[in-house]
Amino acid sequence: MVLGNYKSVVAARSADNEILKGAQDGGIVTQLFAYALEEGIIDGAIVAGPSEEPWKPEPVIATTKAELLAARGTKYTLSPNISLLKEATRSYGLDKIGIVGTPCQMQAVRKAQLYPVGMRDVPDKIALAVGIFCMENFPYQSLEAIVEDHCNVKLESVKKLDIGKGKFWAYTERGAVTQIPLKVTHKYEQPGCHVCLDYVSNLADISTGSVGAPDGWSTVFVRTKNGEDTWGKAIAAGCFETKPIEEVKPGLDLVKKLATDKITKNQKTLEARATFGVGKGLRNPYI
Amino acid sequence: MVEKITVGHVHMSGCTGCLVSFADNYEGLFKILDNYADLVYALTLVDVRHIPEMDVALVEGSVCLQDKCSVEEIKEAREKAKIVVALGGCAAYGNITRFCRGGQWNQPQMESYVPIADLIDVDLYIPGCAPTPQQIRNVCIMAYLLLKGTDEQKELAGAYLKPLMDLAQRGDEACGCDLMYDVINQGLCMGCGSCAAACPVRAVTIEYGKPNIDRDMCIKCGACYAQCPRSFFNFDVMNEFEGISELIKGVME
Ligand SMILES: Cc1cc2nc3c(=O)[nH]c(=O)nc-3n(C[C@H](O)[C@H](O)[C@H](O)COP(=O)(O)OP(=O)(O)OC[C@H]3O[C@@H](n4cnc5c(N)ncnc54)[C@H](O)[C@@H]3O)c2cc1C
Ligand code: SF4
Ligand code: SF4
Ligand code: SF4
Repeated sequence: MVLGNYKSVVAARSADNEILKGAQDGGIVTQLFAYALEEGIIDGAIVAGPSEEPWKPEPVIATTKAELLAARGTKYTLSPNISLLKEATRSYGLDKIGIVGTPCQMQAVRKAQLYPVGMRDVPDKIALAVGIFCMENFPYQSLEAIVEDHCNVKLESVKKLDIGKGKFWAYTERGAVTQIPLKVTHKYEQPGCHVCLDYVSNLADISTGSVGAPDGWSTVFVRTKNGEDTWGKAIAAGCFETKPIEEVKPGLDLVKKLATDKITKNQKTLEARATFGVGKGLRNPYI
Repeated sequence: MVEKITVGHVHMSGCTGCLVSFADNYEGLFKILDNYADLVYALTLVDVRHIPEMDVALVEGSVCLQDKCSVEEIKEAREKAKIVVALGGCAAYGNITRFCRGGQWNQPQMESYVPIADLIDVDLYIPGCAPTPQQIRNVCIMAYLLLKGTDEQKELAGAYLKPLMDLAQRGDEACGCDLMYDVINQGLCMGCGSCAAACPVRAVTIEYGKPNIDRDMCIKCGACYAQCPRSFFNFDVMNEFEGISELIKGVME
């Protein structure tokens, strides 16, 4: 289950330059939702929008392309998108919900469907769940420490943050680029990430991330019948440029390697938790 | 038609919201009653005065210790039902009735309300206030498959129901604090926000990516904890979400 169940995998990017401009990678998420919104496949999408504080995302329900555009790009800090899942069906009256999230959030979406304990009328209203790859996440104050203390850049002056090639990158509005080794950031990670056993959003309808594809492109897994249906229509409508994953560098091997590394490491953490104290352990949420 | 299972709704001290929620499956309710389950006992819906033998007893509400009739009925339900389900927060955790101190008309002396597991063994919990129509539907379908299905269906239903059975073993107290004790204090919370979405009284808000629980508002329904992906998450079941969703849809069509 390292890469999960999937029907197809390609390298892709949006065919819309306006979307690509502010997107993190190939603009897959924004393009998919924009298309699905236009076609009535979704009535709206829960995305990580901007808030008062720089780089602190606020989950929002986007019902226009402009709102989707405003939420482009990766915020490497917790955006509790699932907190709006029921609200989307209430205050916003959505019958067909789009939602983007990390692998753990896709797990939350599927749990909400199969065990809808507090999610009245939600299970049948998930129309498109788009997952993003994720190695780890940072609490907001961690992000502040990484960017302001280690990269020496004010958060409000940052235009883009990125993780790649073993480094954490901060790009400022005025063109400065700072990079620090990822190992500096490890101690700032959210503890809950250390028991996470999914890298590529195995439970999404469609999942995407930068790893595997060249700069400006994304790797895209199409996983469910529902995902296949939407992806097929979006391709037919000319929303995406695609390339066979076998023909791009670094390709699927790197995705598989990183996914295996994450799962192996976190599986060890889970095992270590079992004997954390003297004759006492910490909980394993999976048993 | 395959043999049906027999189901009863046993009403203790609750607001009937759980029964309304069951009914909120609309045509799905008729589907269940037509094809899978005979309703053999339910206040106002079935003209039967005494608790009969049945496969599944869905118990709504907590037990009033000063109400002799309720105390006897819950014991009788345990004796006559193969599976006892605590339907909703009151039966499972006491919920809002935990806060009762008596003085209400027309029985002011009735003041002690306990979840049913204080008096009997319970097999399965459906937390929430009210429990959702979809969660009740899923449990009904799985209970049917468990009792009448093929070997493969029995296995799936068993795997699906296990976490809800584990909840019944875990204890009969719950509140937003369980997120604190069992998830956050354990270093497991990843800030998804499911708990905030699940809470019926908006006692959970998310501050800087983590849940904040207003303990004065919490009514102890247990939904937040049960909904959290880090309370229980069974990969065997979840990885099959597509197939199970289709199965449920198929059964209800
Ligand atoms: C914490 C985190 C860690 C990641 N780690 C990796 C990794 O290790 N490898 C990899 O290949 N990719 C990783 N990604 C995914 C990658 O950074 C891009 O999000 C993904 O490729 C989508 O880019 P895009 O151009 O298709 O999307 P865009 O069109 O730019 O849209 C991105 C969408 O994601 C939403 N979003 C942004 N931040 C968050 C957040 N914190 N939580 C939930 N939703 C959010 C936005 O609102 C937007 O809708 C990570 C993302 C996050 C949030
Ligand atoms: S590492 Fe796992 S738990 Fe942490 S944010 Fe990513 S998907 Fe969620
Ligand atoms: S549902 Fe669980 S993991 Fe998600 S935010 Fe709440 S406590 Fe944390
Ligand atoms: S915090 Fe909300 S969901 Fe959790 S037990 Fe209390 S009332 Fe129920």
